[in-house]
Amino acid sequence: MKTLYDKIWDSHLVLEEAGKPSLLYVDLHLIHEVTSPQAFEGLRLAGRKLRRPELTFGTIDHAIPTINRELPFKDPIAAQQVATLRENCREFGVKLYDLDRIEQGIIHVFGPEQGLTQPGMTIVCGDSHTSTHGAFGALAFGIGTSEVEHVFATQCLQQDRAKNFRINVDGDLPFGVTAKDVILGIINKIGAGGAAGHVIEYTGATIRGLSMEGRMTVCNMSIEGGAKAGLIAPDEKTFEYIKGKPFAPKGEAWDRSVEAWRSLTTDADAGYSKSVNIDASTLEPFVTWGTSPDMSVKVTDKVPDLSDARDENESRSFERMYQYMGLEPAQKIDQITIDRAFIGSCTNSRIEDLREAAKVVKGYVVSGHVNAMVVPGSMQIKRQAEEEGLARIFVNAGFEWRDAGCSMCLAMNEDILKEGERCASTSNRNFEGRQGRGGRTHLVSPMMAAAAAIAGHFVDVRGWKFKD
Amino acid sequence: MDKFITFEGLVAPLFQSNIDTDQIIPKQFLTRIERTGYGAFLFNDWRLNTDGTPKTDFVLNNPRYNGASILVAGANFGCGSSREHAPWSLTDYGFKAVIAPSFGDIFFNNSLKNGLVPVRLDEEIVERIVENAKAVEDYSLTIDLANKTVTDAQGLNTGFEIDEFRRYCLLNGLDDIGLTLQNETKIDEYEQRSGIASRFNAA
Repeated sequence: MKTLYDKIWDSHLVLEEAGKPSLLYVDLHLIHEVTSPQAFEGLRLAGRKLRRPELTFGTIDHAIPTINRELPFKDPIAAQQVATLRENCREFGVKLYDLDRIEQGIIHVFGPEQGLTQPGMTIVCGDSHTSTHGAFGALAFGIGTSEVEHVFATQCLQQDRAKNFRINVDGDLPFGVTAKDVILGIINKIGAGGAAGHVIEYTGATIRGLSMEGRMTVCNMSIEGGAKAGLIAPDEKTFEYIKGKPFAPKGEAWDRSVEAWRSLTTDADAGYSKSVNIDASTLEPFVTWGTSPDMSVKVTDKVPDLSDARDENESRSFERMYQYMGLEPAQKIDQITIDRAFIGSCTNSRIEDLREAAKVVKGYVVSGHVNAMVVPGSMQIKRQAEEEGLARIFVNAGFEWRDAGCSMCLAMNEDILKEGERCASTSNRNFEGRQGRGGRTHLVSPMMAAAAAIAGHFVDVRGWKFKD
Repeated sequence: MDKFITFEGLVAPLFQSNIDTDQIIPKQFLTRIERTGYGAFLFNDWRLNTDGTPKTDFVLNNPRYNGASILVAGANFGCGSSREHAPWSLTDYGFKAVIAPSFGDIFFNNSLKNGLVPVRLDEEIVERIVENAKAVEDYSLTIDLANKTVTDAQGLNTGFEIDEFRRYCLLNGLDDIGLTLQNETKIDEYEQRSGIASRFNAA
C-alpha cells in the first residue's frame, strides 16, 4: 500500500522522530561550480570533513563558454569560480569531470549518461532541475547551498515527507507532439505552483511509451509545476538505458540490482493525495507566450486576451506580460517572428532531441533574420551527433554547433539575448530576463524550435515538409 | 544564524504572483564565490536601469519604503531556481521576513536556513496588508515568531502556521548540521545496513 515515492523514502530513512524533520540518506550528490563554493567554504570554516566523497561527483556546466573554451575565460569572476571548484574537489577528494573530459556536460545529462543515476536512489544537487533524474525512478530534487553543505558534512538531509500527486497520461501522442509538449501541457493545466509540497508520479501508457530521453524531459520540468520532484517507475527501457554505463552495476551485481529495481512500483491500492488525467491525443505542440512556464498555448492558438484572465490579478499579470514580451492580445502564435533559436539545456539537449531537430532542419537553411545555435548536453552527445551526421545537418543549415554546457538556458556565459530579442528555446524557464535582460523567451520542443529557426516565425511542425 | 523572536519592521508591497528567484537575484551575480554582499544586486533588473541608476517606478526605490524589512508578495514567491543567493540578497538588503500566500519549496527551505522568515498568510490577508502598505505612511507589521502572530497598529491580528521544528531552530538560531551530527551513529548504522560505501566502485 505504498507509492513509489513512499518506498524510496522509507528505504532511505536514517532517523524518524515525532515533531522533527526526518533524516534522509543521500545516495548520490552531484555538484557544479555555481552552488558549491560557499558550501565548501562552510565546511572549511567549521573544520568539517566531507563525509562521503565517493558518493559525490562534479562537473562544470553553468557559467562556462560553449565556444573557444580552451582559451582563458573572458569573464574573470567565472574563471575564478571554476578554479575554486577544481581546488575544492582536489582538497576534499571529489571526482571532477573537467572541461577536458568527454564525459563533461550539463550535470543532469552527465549523471544518467555515466550510469550514476539508478532506480530507487536518492539524488540531490544544488540545482532545481535535479528532478530530471526522477525519470529513472530515483527520488531526485534540487537543494540550496546550505543543504549542499549539510549533505557534504552528513550525507543526509533533514526532510519532511511530501504528498503524492499522480499525473496519468494516456492515449497516443499525435505526430509532432513530443515529451516537451506533454510537460508544457501538464504545467498549463496544474499551474506554476500547482504541485507545491508534492512529489509527482507520472503514470499511464503515454509515459511508458516515451524513451528515457523523453521521460527525462518530462521529469526535468516537474519543478516548473512547483513539485518537489517527479518520478517515473523504472521498467525494461530504464534497465536497457543503464546497462553497460560506466558506473552501472556489473555481472552478478547487475542481476541483483535489476531484481530489486523491479519492485519500485506503486502498489495497486496505494493512494495519492491528488490526481490529474491527461489525454495525450488532445495535445498539440505548445508555445509559451508569457513569463511563467504555465503561460502556454497551442501553436494553432492565439495569445490570450484580457477576457481570458480568471481574475483581476491575472489580468494585471497578462498586461505586464504583453508589455515585457512585446505581444498583442489575441495575436496569432504563428505570426510571432523570432530573432534567435536555442536548442539545448538539461530539458532538451540529448541525442534524441538533436535527432528530432535535425530531421526538421535537414535540407533547409536558417532564416536570414535568425541566429540559431545547438548546444549538446554533453561532450559525449556532441561526439555522437557528429558521428551520426547530425552536426553536419545543423552546420550546413547555418546553426552554430557548440560545446556542452547550460549556455543560453540561463545565460550565465556569453550566450545571451540582447534587450528585446525574441527566442524560440528548448529550455525550461521563460522568466523575465532569464536568457538576458529584456530578452523574450518562448519555450517549445526541439522540433518546434528547429522549424521556427528556419521559417523565422513559429510554425506548426505537424505540417512541416520533411526533406529526406 | 541570528535568533529571530519578535520583530517589527516597515513593510514594502510587491504584489505579483510567481516572482521567481531569477528576478530576486539575476544570474549575472551568481559567479561570485562569497556568501555575502548580494544585497546590492537584489531585484537588480527591476530596481536598476542598465546604467545603474534607480528605476523610479520600482517599489523599493520609493523613498517611503526606505529601510523596509518586511516584503509582502504574491503567491508562489521564490519559485524557480534553487539559488540560495535569493535569500542571501534579501537578508543582505535588510529584509527579515517575506509574507506571501505561498512560496516555492526550495526558496522556503533556503530562507529558513538563513534566518529569513517566510510567513504564509491567506491571500485576502496578504491583500489587506498590501493595501495598508500603500495607504498608510510608515506602515509596519510585528511578526511574533514565539506566538506565531502578525499584527499591525490598524487592527490586524492574525496567526500563521510554521513547522514547529523550524520555528524552534529560528527562535534559537540553531545550526542544522550540528543537530544532524548529533545523530552520527545512526548515519553510521544506516550505511552499514545498506552497504552504501561500495556503490560506485564499478568504474
